[in-house]
Amino acid sequence: MGENHETTHSEEHHHQELGFWRTYVFSVDHKVIGIQYAVTGLSFLFFGFCLMLLMRWQLAYPGEPFPLIGKLLGDSRMPGGIMLPEFYNQLGAMHGTIMVFLGVVPLAVGGFGNFVLPLQIGAPDMAFPRLNMASYWSYFLGGVVMFLSFFVPGGAAQSGWTSYPPLSVIAESGQTVWLLGMVFLITSSLLGSVNFIVTVIQLRVEGLTFMRLPFFVWSQFVTAFLLLLAFPPLEAAAFMQLMDRVANTSFFMPAGLVVSGQLVEVSGGGSPLLWQHLFWFLAHPEVYVLILPALGIVAEVIANNTRKPLWGYKSMVYSVLFLAFMSFIVWAHHMFLTGMGTVMSAFFQTTTMIISIPSVVIITALLLSLWGGSIRFNTPMLFALAFLPMFGIGGLTGLPLGLAAADIHLHDTYYVIGHFHYVVAPGTIFALFAGIYYWYPKATGRKMSEFLGKLHFWPSLLFMNGIFLPMFIQGLAGVQRRLFDGGVSYAHAEPVLFLNKVMTHSAWGLAIAQLPFVINFFLSLKRGEKVGSNPWQATTIEWLAPSPPPHGNFANVPVAYRTPYEYSVPGQASDYHPQFEPDRRVAGPPDPGEPEAAPATA
Amino acid sequence: MSEAIPYTVDIRPDTGLNNVKLGMWLFLASEVMLFGALFAGYILLRVGSEDWPAGNSILNVPLATLNTIVLITSSVTMVMSWASLLRKSFDKYRLYMGATVLLVVVFLVIKTIEYSAKFDHHLYPSTSTFLAIYFTLTALHGLHVIGGMAVNAYLWGPGAKMWRSAPEQFTNRVEAAGLFWHFVDLVWIFLFPVLYLL
Ligand code: HEM
Ligand SMILES: [Cu+2]
Repeated sequence: MGENHETTHSEEHHHQELGFWRTYVFSVDHKVIGIQYAVTGLSFLFFGFCLMLLMRWQLAYPGEPFPLIGKLLGDSRMPGGIMLPEFYNQLGAMHGTIMVFLGVVPLAVGGFGNFVLPLQIGAPDMAFPRLNMASYWSYFLGGVVMFLSFFVPGGAAQSGWTSYPPLSVIAESGQTVWLLGMVFLITSSLLGSVNFIVTVIQLRVEGLTFMRLPFFVWSQFVTAFLLLLAFPPLEAAAFMQLMDRVANTSFFMPAGLVVSGQLVEVSGGGSPLLWQHLFWFLAHPEVYVLILPALGIVAEVIANNTRKPLWGYKSMVYSVLFLAFMSFIVWAHHMFLTGMGTVMSAFFQTTTMIISIPSVVIITALLLSLWGGSIRFNTPMLFALAFLPMFGIGGLTGLPLGLAAADIHLHDTYYVIGHFHYVVAPGTIFALFAGIYYWYPKATGRKMSEFLGKLHFWPSLLFMNGIFLPMFIQGLAGVQRRLFDGGVSYAHAEPVLFLNKVMTHSAWGLAIAQLPFVINFFLSLKRGEKVGSNPWQATTIEWLAPSPPPHGNFANVPVAYRTPYEYSVPGQASDYHPQFEPDRRVAGPPDPGEPEAAPATA
Repeated sequence: MSEAIPYTVDIRPDTGLNNVKLGMWLFLASEVMLFGALFAGYILLRVGSEDWPAGNSILNVPLATLNTIVLITSSVTMVMSWASLLRKSFDKYRLYMGATVLLVVVFLVIKTIEYSAKFDHHLYPSTSTFLAIYFTLTALHGLHVIGGMAVNAYLWGPGAKMWRSAPEQFTNRVEAAGLFWHFVDLVWIFLFPVLYLL
């Protein structure tokens, strides 16, 4: 261990000599890569959000010219400022793709995982730093490819984020670009997930046994397994769809297909359902990839701000493991209406009901953790607290979708859109905001403004519900998703059409509510309150490192002495006893001379 | 401190692994899922088809048998090259690794002959679903073969300098490359009967 000390110093010199490009752009340091991932991910979230703002405007005012920007987007998209259905489809497909694969996952896994995970296990970096860099750049290229697909002839992919054949096979060239983009993104997540798993297994510091890992680490560890094992089948499916499009094969194309009155010239014999199976084999676990890191963040923030150990840490860990395993055998609940038969439906309906159990256990444990805590209502905690009921709504509304009979009515309606957005938008996105406010001081050495944070939180909470709650009502009334006119042409949608305006104006309200966040994010870099290594008085190991941590993270290799959340342990000098601090004297009054004696609590 | 990442070479006592080896096993797990999905697709398409052709009525079984032997031999020479490093005889390593690379070249040449014979007979991926899955599976496997060949050639040539500076790490690399190579070999051992014989 003595050796490591010595290298730290020489390394820091080395670090200084690396120069701008290798320090900030082609860096192999997990913290820089984490921040690159986070910033790129946030940018794509913003971009995907903008696409959706256009869509929402169209849904509220179908067929009317767009104010201001209508003319800018060109005749192939908005002739005379009026949105073409084809363009709406592009926006929809790309909104879904970008939000999932380029926004949330890169921020939650690439950003938070890369930045926080090595720090929490006391490691100097990821196990394979260069692979880590490759993972980021592969993601970046995938993003560029996806973005450029808007400019190929015929525009971006139009077949939804699910890319169901045969439509996707006969679609314009944007779909090919989409598939290529996915190959880059899949490669990136493959490199990342191997790295995460090896890092957790191999680089935990002395004393950090699996049952002492912070819950955030568990959530990332399990997520990495999902990415590792679920993505390759989609990659296989993407290859096959590429072959169908480029080499004219018929993996997904049945014989005798007639499109616009013309027989499609293929050898036939393929199965469109094969794609759906392969796609959902990835995409259901992907749902947990979107949610597990969020649960990890929320667990950290809640433990820290209730000043209590997490309630039922072990049952949470076992639940996550069980959930990950089950997530591989529920995929066909997305396919109840494909005619796959009642036996299959019964099986997948049962597994779906079973998988809801561990999710309920985790949420219940988090709720019970609040019980009797002396809660600090700071910005990260507000977002974490709001996550619980929002995710709860998202989860509970999923149960009817998992029951084949109820799904017959609800499938492909706005109810589904409402359901999963409650999970990923006011759910995951809120958790990600909580994480940003919580770890910002570690990354920058400064806190974000509490005032602006609250100004961000309360309107966001309001508008999120303003957008997504009406979707349930529309969906129950039978309004289909993916309608470019928001349902105007359907008589049964008539009574609930006014909700389109409510949702659209809420969406624009949500956009404005992000301004305090953007200002806060940049302003706090310069003006934020300066903080030490442990501003939240937290217990996990990342708070031992200086803020921001130098290259190599820790001056001395840390040791984990105890479980991760020893808050308010009776008989202790302070209300938190960090994992990285050796035992204090158990009996007797606290020693006033002790360096780690409690700083006065606010 | 990035050079100070623990267990890049040494084995971590409680897990019994070093990072490279664990990483390689995980990568292979994902590869299993990749090829597994393609095989699953094969089964689904075949079950759903009325007139699936017998593989040997279209494909060249003798050539493929030859290729199977070539690949298995290359796996053996790969093991020998690693074993030579363990016994510290670098010259033997060079020899066996060189043989491995040569055998891979032979495999690829035979594969090319097979492919061009198909094209000569106007048999393309678009001709039938059987040929589609044949070309896709063998091409994807072929890409893995080429990747493995590149790594092996590197370890035989410029990469072998490491033997003098960090012999243990070099041996680990050869071992990891070997794991990958055996996997590629194993995929072929599944591919061969499924496509050519069944
Ligand atoms: C917070 C603001 C968001 C709003 C207002 C919003 C709005 C919408 C709307 C209205 C649709 C339906 C379009 C249609 O069916 O025609 C949609 C689809 C979708 N959204 Fe969002 N969304 C938001 C965030 C997200 C996030 C964070 C994710 C993922 C992590 C996401 C993933 C999707 C997906 C996958 C679809 C389906 C696309 C398809 O039909 O193929 N959205 N969104
Ligand atoms: Cu699902």
